[in-house]
Amino acid sequence: MQRDWQPTAPINNLAKRADILSKIRSFFSERGVLEVDTPVLSRAATTDPFLHSIEARTHAVDGAKEETLYLQTSPEFAMKRLLAAGSGSIYQICKSFRDGELGRHHHPEFTMLEWYRLGFDHHALMDEMDDLLQFVLPFKRARRFSYQAVFQKILGIDPHTVSLEALQQAVEAQQISVSDAVDRTDQDVYLQLLMSEVIEPQLTGVVFIYDYPVSQAALSQIREGAPSVAERFEVYIDGVELANGFHELADANEQRKRFESDLEKRKQCGYPIVPMDELFLASLAHGFPECAGVALGIDRLVMIALSEKHIEKVISFWDRV
Amino acid sequence: MTTYSTNEFKNGLKVMLDNDPCMILENEFVKPGKGQAFNRVKLRNLKNGRVIERTFKSGESIEGADVVELEAQYLYGDGTSWHFMDQVNYEQYEVSEAIVADAKQWLKEEDICTLVLWNGQPLSVTPPIFVTLKIVETDPGLRGDTSGGGGKPATLETGAVVRVPLFVQIGDVLKVDTRTGEYVKRVDA
Repeated sequence: MQRDWQPTAPINNLAKRADILSKIRSFFSERGVLEVDTPVLSRAATTDPFLHSIEARTHAVDGAKEETLYLQTSPEFAMKRLLAAGSGSIYQICKSFRDGELGRHHHPEFTMLEWYRLGFDHHALMDEMDDLLQFVLPFKRARRFSYQAVFQKILGIDPHTVSLEALQQAVEAQQISVSDAVDRTDQDVYLQLLMSEVIEPQLTGVVFIYDYPVSQAALSQIREGAPSVAERFEVYIDGVELANGFHELADANEQRKRFESDLEKRKQCGYPIVPMDELFLASLAHGFPECAGVALGIDRLVMIALSEKHIEKVISFWDRV
Repeated sequence: MTTYSTNEFKNGLKVMLDNDPCMILENEFVKPGKGQAFNRVKLRNLKNGRVIERTFKSGESIEGADVVELEAQYLYGDGTSWHFMDQVNYEQYEVSEAIVADAKQWLKEEDICTLVLWNGQPLSVTPPIFVTLKIVETDPGLRGDTSGGGGKPATLETGAVVRVPLFVQIGDVLKVDTRTGEYVKRVDA
């Protein structure tokens, strides 16, 4: 244990990490995207049932009543308030925090790049993402598949119309053995299992997956149609999930409904009920510009750039805190 | 009974799975950006040695397995059971043929083996990595044959058959690696 004071990442990797960060800043500076810096602590938390916020006990002044604040799981809400206030296109490189996430690709405290582009939809933002990745990584340009296309191609399943039974059969056919605690009535759980166990390992190079099932919309706009889809995209590099983007939902009422349904799901799962972000909802109600936004894990990006297999090699002190 | 949550999973941890004691070999935390987190786990069934993969919901708990390893001296075998003695408390254990399994061909009286107990009952026996055993049968080697390529089979005092170089003769004592079943060298008796 005596050696635990030492960094998990070689210093040389930290130098390369600094180079990548500086390249990213120059990329956005050249495009006239404003760098911002928003608070990591908030009185509200994400309602996403599968993201767990870390709580902090605080006192505004010495002796004041104790108050619970939450460390952000992403800077999304604060940045969207800036957008509603007329900031124009913005980006931020900041720490985000997700409780209970530790592994080869995870650390509870990690660095996120998040940016928003006014007037973009998710396809225009994918173009820019591709440019950014070209700028920092030695990879060919991204290939793009819709969520539907990738499921049809690899599993012969239409994810928008498939029945729960057919999904269960597909999981069995792939010999994915799942413990009894996994919810067997949730279509999305099966889709995500097939995605992470079967599809992701086959995504070589840079791949963008777009237009998700409506049930996995998160904070994206829904495009009505047959089928209706969520205008969301994910970025994968050699099967590692790197970024998640949205054609952003601008409707305050719809946003509130999604928060409420998240909280309902949290209740069912026995997860803590957290305060939803009323300031963010108020900013949407005020009027929110048409835009697309995306969050990218910087640690994973550096990991991929340096061909490292474990995130500890690019984070100064992985779990040695 | 102890239970372990997925966030306590680590390599070497012994847990119960499908009513059998298992040891965790690999544990990977997997989480889609939006959605349920999983632990993708590889385990070895300690009863039959098979490797299984199982995907757990992150945060779920499973029962620990009461598995202990101890150093035990092999005392004797009577053809139906094999007898061992705990080196610490001198407690004796009777092990059936099914459990002693492949280890039996290496067991020489007084050798120190590893005995694995599950709920206090023998689960498996591992012989010492290196054993020293006498040859009881082998063809006489051809004097002057130095090609060294082929070797020949030799039967050891415990019944094991290993491939040996041609110069090795009946009555010689050999050092053998029990993990691979390979001849290491001839030992001066």
